[in-house]
Amino acid sequence: MKLVVAIVRPEKLSDVLEALYRTEVRGLTISRVQGHGGETEHVENYRGTTVKVDLSEKVRVEIGVSDHFVEPTVKAILAAGRTGEVGDGKIFVLPMETVYRIRTGEKDQAAVTPVEEAATAG
Amino acid sequence: MNAADIAWMLTSTALVLLMTPALGFFYGGLVRSKNALNTLMMSISALGFVGVAWALLGYSLAFGTGNAALGDLRFFGLAGVGLEAQGTIPHVLFMAYQGTFAIITAALISGAIVERMRFGPYLAFLTLWALFVYAPVAHWVWGGGFIQRMGALDFAGGTVVHVNAGVAALVAALVLGPRKDYGRQAIIPHNVAFTVLGAGLLWFGWFGFNAGSALGASPSAALAFVNTMLAPAATLVVWTMLDLKRTGKATAVGAATGIVVGLVAITPAAGFVSPLGSLALGALATFPSYYALLWRARTRLDDSLDVVAAHGLGGTVGALLTGVLATKAWNGATDGLLYGNPRQLLIQTAAVLAAMAFSAAGTYLILKVVGLFAPLRVPSREEGLGLDVSQHGEEAYARGEGAILVLPEVAAMPAAAAVGQFEPEGGRA
Repeated sequence: MKLVVAIVRPEKLSDVLEALYRTEVRGLTISRVQGHGGETEHVENYRGTTVKVDLSEKVRVEIGVSDHFVEPTVKAILAAGRTGEVGDGKIFVLPMETVYRIRTGEKDQAAVTPVEEAATAG
Repeated sequence: MNAADIAWMLTSTALVLLMTPALGFFYGGLVRSKNALNTLMMSISALGFVGVAWALLGYSLAFGTGNAALGDLRFFGLAGVGLEAQGTIPHVLFMAYQGTFAIITAALISGAIVERMRFGPYLAFLTLWALFVYAPVAHWVWGGGFIQRMGALDFAGGTVVHVNAGVAALVAALVLGPRKDYGRQAIIPHNVAFTVLGAGLLWFGWFGFNAGSALGASPSAALAFVNTMLAPAATLVVWTMLDLKRTGKATAVGAATGIVVGLVAITPAAGFVSPLGSLALGALATFPSYYALLWRARTRLDDSLDVVAAHGLGGTVGALLTGVLATKAWNGATDGLLYGNPRQLLIQTAAVLAAMAFSAAGTYLILKVVGLFAPLRVPSREEGLGLDVSQHGEEAYARGEGAILVLPEVAAMPAAAAVGQFEPEGGRA
């Protein structure tokens, strides 16, 4: 099992979610974050105050997947999140020790398997 | 009395009253989110504290006959302020209309001392300032005092309101000292949309401020009204062009500021200059305020929201240009320098200087007196935390996450007693 953590552009989030949906990745968490990845900062002026803004708005997508789902998930994000400009973000794939599904107490493989499949498999 | 005049002055009074909450939003958007409520409250409180002080004492000090320097106590506690005519409107309405001016003038000063002043001392300062700085200057200019006798022109309060508040702001910023983060961290507006909304509402209310200062539904009111539309329009255009020239971008904070500067500048001139004169006045008034704002931010003078540049300087430029652009052809009484009466410019200058000197001294004295009873500034730690939480026990943008309900004391009472107390009548049937 792996934890896929992707940092993507907010304006590409809809595309990424749609690509993940087509790949049949169902369970994910997103959060709004700020970061810096080598983009040029922008300058803002408020009356006599000039500021440089180094941090850019990004969205972090976290997805716990079983091993054979890692590659399709990563491919979907790579394809949908890319603009080719600096600042498209990163994907981190991390080992994941244990997963529990809170509703049922199911563990690991059963816990990262989409609910419908689990139902039919049962 | 005249029904049309009464109707217009009722409307104008409500319009000017709206300017104070509008100012709260104008200022509130420019501060950091942790001080948004404190900044709003600095304006909102003036509606109450100055409003009451004005009715009980301030009005009498400003408009009681008195002498050249100060009114008297004949209208103390609104004695003798009834429905009899004051001009063509009821006296009590005239009192209320003038009260709305006292309220916003005192609130204007708050822009210089946001994000660091303790709220209790602020309330004391606000109230005392309205009584002992605003009311005397209002008496000088409108209540039969010496500036009025000199023949100075101040249609709606360029000197009384804006020069007065602007100088008070300068002194208050110097007495309080800069915010601890000033010049060390990027302090940027937390909600520019509030600021633009506030500027829009200020403009709307300002029609009552300027056109209402004709004190009737008259041609003079119509002139003031139109000039109140045109001058800020010209300022907005010039301000935007200066922004574009300087940074390549027209800023929204700049547009909001330009509108206010134009409104300030036309205030003393509103009923005295031609519509084309008001366009020229609005355009010319842009330059001193625009460059003063840029310069101020590089100094140690933490006039946080630039009350001095917008109101002090804008008001001064407006008052002086009134002495240049006033024309008998439109106001039927007085010409300015441009129309062959250079003396008017001298009178305007003398009036502005008198107001500046008195306002500076009075403001300093009041702050020092208040400071004797309580510290004026919050401790550095509270400044870091933000004044919303430290002064008001509230947050502007609370989401309630991590907030745990503290049960009222009744919960600690014996259960039976608590149930008995709160059980609705119907429950016993």
